[in-house]
Amino acid sequence: MLVKYSLTEEQSLLVELIKRIGEEYIAPFALEWDEKESFDNRPIRALADADLFGIIVPKEYGGLGMGVFEMCLAVEWLSYYCAGVSTTYAASFLGAYPLILFGNEKQKEKYLPDIARGKKLCAFALTEPQAGSDAFGIKTTARKEGDYYVLNGVKQWITNGGLADINIVIALTDPAKGPRGASAFIVEKGDPGFSAGKKEKKLGLRSSVTTDLIFNDCKIPADRLLSREGMGFMVALKTLDYARCGAGAQALGVAQAALEVSIKHAKKRIQFGQPVYNFQAVSHTFAEMTMRLEASRALVYQVAKFIDAGAKDFSGASAMAKCFATDQAMWICERAIQMMGGYGYMRDYPVQKFFRDVKCLQIYEGTNEIQKNVIARELSKVYK
Amino acid sequence: MRIIVSIKGVPKLETVKVDPETHTLRRESAELMLNPFDRSALEIAARLKEKYHAEVIAISMGPPNVIPLLREAYSICADRIILLSDRAFAGADTLATSRVLAQAIKKLAPFDLVLMGLKSADGETAQVPPETAALLGIPSITNVKDLFFEDKKIIALRETEYGLEELEAEPPIVASLYPKLDYFRPPSFKRLLEVKNRELEIWSAKDLELSIEKLGLSGSPTRVSGVFEKKFADKGEIWEGEPEELAKRLITLLKEKGFLKA
Repeated sequence: MLVKYSLTEEQSLLVELIKRIGEEYIAPFALEWDEKESFDNRPIRALADADLFGIIVPKEYGGLGMGVFEMCLAVEWLSYYCAGVSTTYAASFLGAYPLILFGNEKQKEKYLPDIARGKKLCAFALTEPQAGSDAFGIKTTARKEGDYYVLNGVKQWITNGGLADINIVIALTDPAKGPRGASAFIVEKGDPGFSAGKKEKKLGLRSSVTTDLIFNDCKIPADRLLSREGMGFMVALKTLDYARCGAGAQALGVAQAALEVSIKHAKKRIQFGQPVYNFQAVSHTFAEMTMRLEASRALVYQVAKFIDAGAKDFSGASAMAKCFATDQAMWICERAIQMMGGYGYMRDYPVQKFFRDVKCLQIYEGTNEIQKNVIARELSKVYK
Repeated sequence: MRIIVSIKGVPKLETVKVDPETHTLRRESAELMLNPFDRSALEIAARLKEKYHAEVIAISMGPPNVIPLLREAYSICADRIILLSDRAFAGADTLATSRVLAQAIKKLAPFDLVLMGLKSADGETAQVPPETAALLGIPSITNVKDLFFEDKKIIALRETEYGLEELEAEPPIVASLYPKLDYFRPPSFKRLLEVKNRELEIWSAKDLELSIEKLGLSGSPTRVSGVFEKKFADKGEIWEGEPEELAKRLITLLKEKGFLKA
């Protein structure tokens, strides 16, 4: 890294521990998980035992009470080893943020300590077959029946589907009101009428689990409602505002790994009697990759610190961090393959995995096109 | 329930250099890591702690550069960590080491269980656990795969070349561990932060009331009479072919050499 950041002692220790977990529990297995498209619980268990599921959970609920910046550091360095594992990890934060931000005292006491200890994994369910970028088009309903809500519908492409014990589900309580008729619910694994669909086959992030969530007259107690009825999209959008920096941080980790693997190769690979790095077409590509990576890192870190400093309106900022960093990482990973030539294309080497993994980062947690809509919308609020 | 885990710092393999003249390890230039066998001991201690709410005390004899390893033990499962350090301990063989450990363990009585890794990755003797037990006058069970408590007794599963042996013992005992674990917990972040601000207990020869002549090099009956580099004179051969054909060839060769009766 050509740009050094001065981290606090705690932050350095955090990065050190994440790297240690990466080296021991992820690096030796990541290519195999990818190849076999298999989920391994060991790195998740290690992160739990290391208290690292508690990063964003307030101290009073047994967490570490750290901020978005520390969450980004953890996610960045985990992604350096495997973006699939970091997806499982980060998706759990996506499910935890609604509870932290909107949960009432009882809900926080019930769920946050187990989340902090990594005893319970979370998922966040908004997307549906006909409602992706057009999130307001969701069809899942939640009908109030006495002291219960009854959920019906299907959520699609949910990370940690079937694994998560705590699922935050956005459903319509009053379909007539459109987006204002949506509410957020906590659905627990094992709730009657709740099940996960088949595991999806993916291009990348193959060590993570993605499934449908199916609600078939799923009956949950009324106190599982998060915030108030009608607040569903408020909960969802605020959560995504917080979590988007995490997707940007994932991009940093993957791009860093792609840069390192490919530059080491370029310095060793001899063609025309010398390392290919000596050729300007190659070395300038690395110069460009590094500039783009460091610019992304600076933006992601700055936005994370902006949020932690107590910013109120940061939708545009977090959308920029996510969109810019993931677009750059996609470019960096593509170039990393090119700089390694045939080696980059072979599945014995990891850069092709980075390339496939990083593609999803431009799509999930709001496509980069939607991020640009958000940025443009926020921009026009400032420059009226 | 009180469990004492004794750990050791061993040189990191990739940083080890061997003196070309004396063939001994240049320890001073090597970085230390936790003896891998002791990582198992700590993991077993952590599991027993969860199961029985035991108190875990980690001790280590060594120079102050083993402090990070004791801190690691704290962040994994230890409630208390003690460094046994004194210039007089330097150069100790297994007996002189066991004297220090036994004396420290005695000071920590009452205890139910002393756990150690089967052996150290540098010394490879596997003598310290049974020697410590002998000095303490308590039973020792070596090469333990797993152990648990049942009706106030310790049940230990011990791996032998003939199979698994189940042993029963009255606590306290010393167990040397060689489990096959599929998971070792990493340090806890919270405890890593906590241990940085904790004062470390250091016990010297004086604290342990040990007389100097029984310690370190002077208290060690083991003498290294020589170190040499093993030369492999014979060249290996690789045979390739069908298994049946290779087996026949091998039998012929063994008969020729007189290992099999013709």
